[in-house]
Amino acid sequence: MYAVRRWSVRHARGLNAFYRGFESFLVALDPLFRAIGYERLERPVARVEKTVKGLLFDCRMCGQCVLSSTGMACPMNCPKNLRNGPCGGVRANGHCEVRPEMRCVWVEAFAGSERIPGGIAALSTVQPAVDRRLQGKSAWLRVVRERAGAAP
Amino acid sequence: MIFEDEPVPGYPLPILPGHTSPGRLERVLRAGLFAVTTELDPPDSADPEEVYKRARVFDGYVDAINATDGSGANCHMSSMAVCSLLTRVGYAPVMQISCRDKNRIAIQGDILGGAAMGVCNVLCLTGDGVQAGDHPQALPVFDLDCMSLLETARTLRDESRFLSGRKITSAPRVLLGAAENPFTHPLAWRAQRLAKKVAAGAQFIQTQWCYDVPLLRTFMGQIEELGLLGRVFILVGVGPLRSAKSAEWIRTHVPGVHIPDAVVRRLAGASDPAAEGRRLCIELIQEIRTLKGVHGVHVMAFRQEHTVAEIIDRSGVLNGRKPWYPGRDPHTSTNRMAS
Repeated sequence: MYAVRRWSVRHARGLNAFYRGFESFLVALDPLFRAIGYERLERPVARVEKTVKGLLFDCRMCGQCVLSSTGMACPMNCPKNLRNGPCGGVRANGHCEVRPEMRCVWVEAFAGSERIPGGIAALSTVQPAVDRRLQGKSAWLRVVRERAGAAP
Repeated sequence: MIFEDEPVPGYPLPILPGHTSPGRLERVLRAGLFAVTTELDPPDSADPEEVYKRARVFDGYVDAINATDGSGANCHMSSMAVCSLLTRVGYAPVMQISCRDKNRIAIQGDILGGAAMGVCNVLCLTGDGVQAGDHPQALPVFDLDCMSLLETARTLRDESRFLSGRKITSAPRVLLGAAENPFTHPLAWRAQRLAKKVAAGAQFIQTQWCYDVPLLRTFMGQIEELGLLGRVFILVGVGPLRSAKSAEWIRTHVPGVHIPDAVVRRLAGASDPAAEGRRLCIELIQEIRTLKGVHGVHVMAFRQEHTVAEIIDRSGVLNGRKPWYPGRDPHTSTNRMAS
């Protein structure tokens, strides 16, 4: 929902802190996830993730979440799917070129990033091209698997 | 200024030490000369002569010609085809690639193909949304964005491999460019966004139309603070406005174009608005060229392409230099062909 999405950006600092804690919590659950089996968890977790992130961020389930690098504004809501910053068509009122009734996702992302410590630096990291195979998959489980796997 | 080895159509120039492309635009930029680029309005036609006719109006005044890729999301002859025709006779095109219509498979193929035809400059763009053009029903692709497109092109060139990792046998020797709009939101982050583009591989930048020099000056100051001077060539976008009415239309209908009220008033008060628009353009060029870190101008004279030569000539920015065009120096060409 647009209003909730904008609320999330206004509370980017708190949400980002919560998200980090939540991530560590999930990573700690890795042994449990392993016991149940990641494949078996994929569908139910993806469904929960879609509901929660859908409500908070209008998440599009790209499967490779970059919210903490974009001031908690989901870049997949940009009609051009830009993941690396705004296009040159932002309107004088800060709204979107394609959807004039919506504020530019990247104007929001910039505002959100200013609220997060280190947010602007994160915004300046070049994000690679999206892997379209991950569409609809759980980004949470992917991060947990990556982080738990990387841990010594 | 005449380089001793100017192009002969079909004969690639050698790549000079420290250069990434054999292109003339890179040579002009690295020689520290004030570069002039412009944009060719691609025809709605399959007649190659239409392209040549539109290129010839710039003869002797521009270092490179941008071949737009469905600009404004309108359908025209493709950027690839325009480049193919232009390189055939020796022009130096800037091949624009937009992410709107092609996925990463098509785009990488075009970069290889373009380079094979003699394209030495590639401009990586996101592209206008389909709603802006004459086919709003079309599927917007946006598989890559301008940033990942830059990285992709750089990977092809510097690592001789596709995004998939598969090796390519001969890398495309191209100068990589990107666009920037210093005149729209979020203004505070625009310079950092440019830094990001440089990090992703951009070597030159062509900006959106500039009608507000103070804003540009602030932007260039930020560029300097970020330590980007000398790391990227910046060509500032300029163009003549035809009348107060058209300026008003552009600023309300073309997203991202910022025209201050003073400019509109000046045109409204002129007895010959079109001539005033050209005069304003010349003044802007002369002011812009004095800014630190500016390496040239990109003249976008949409539907007024015939005015570019006069504007550049009167601005004096070429300092008597005559950029190469087919037939400029027939003797060198014949000699090199014979040898």
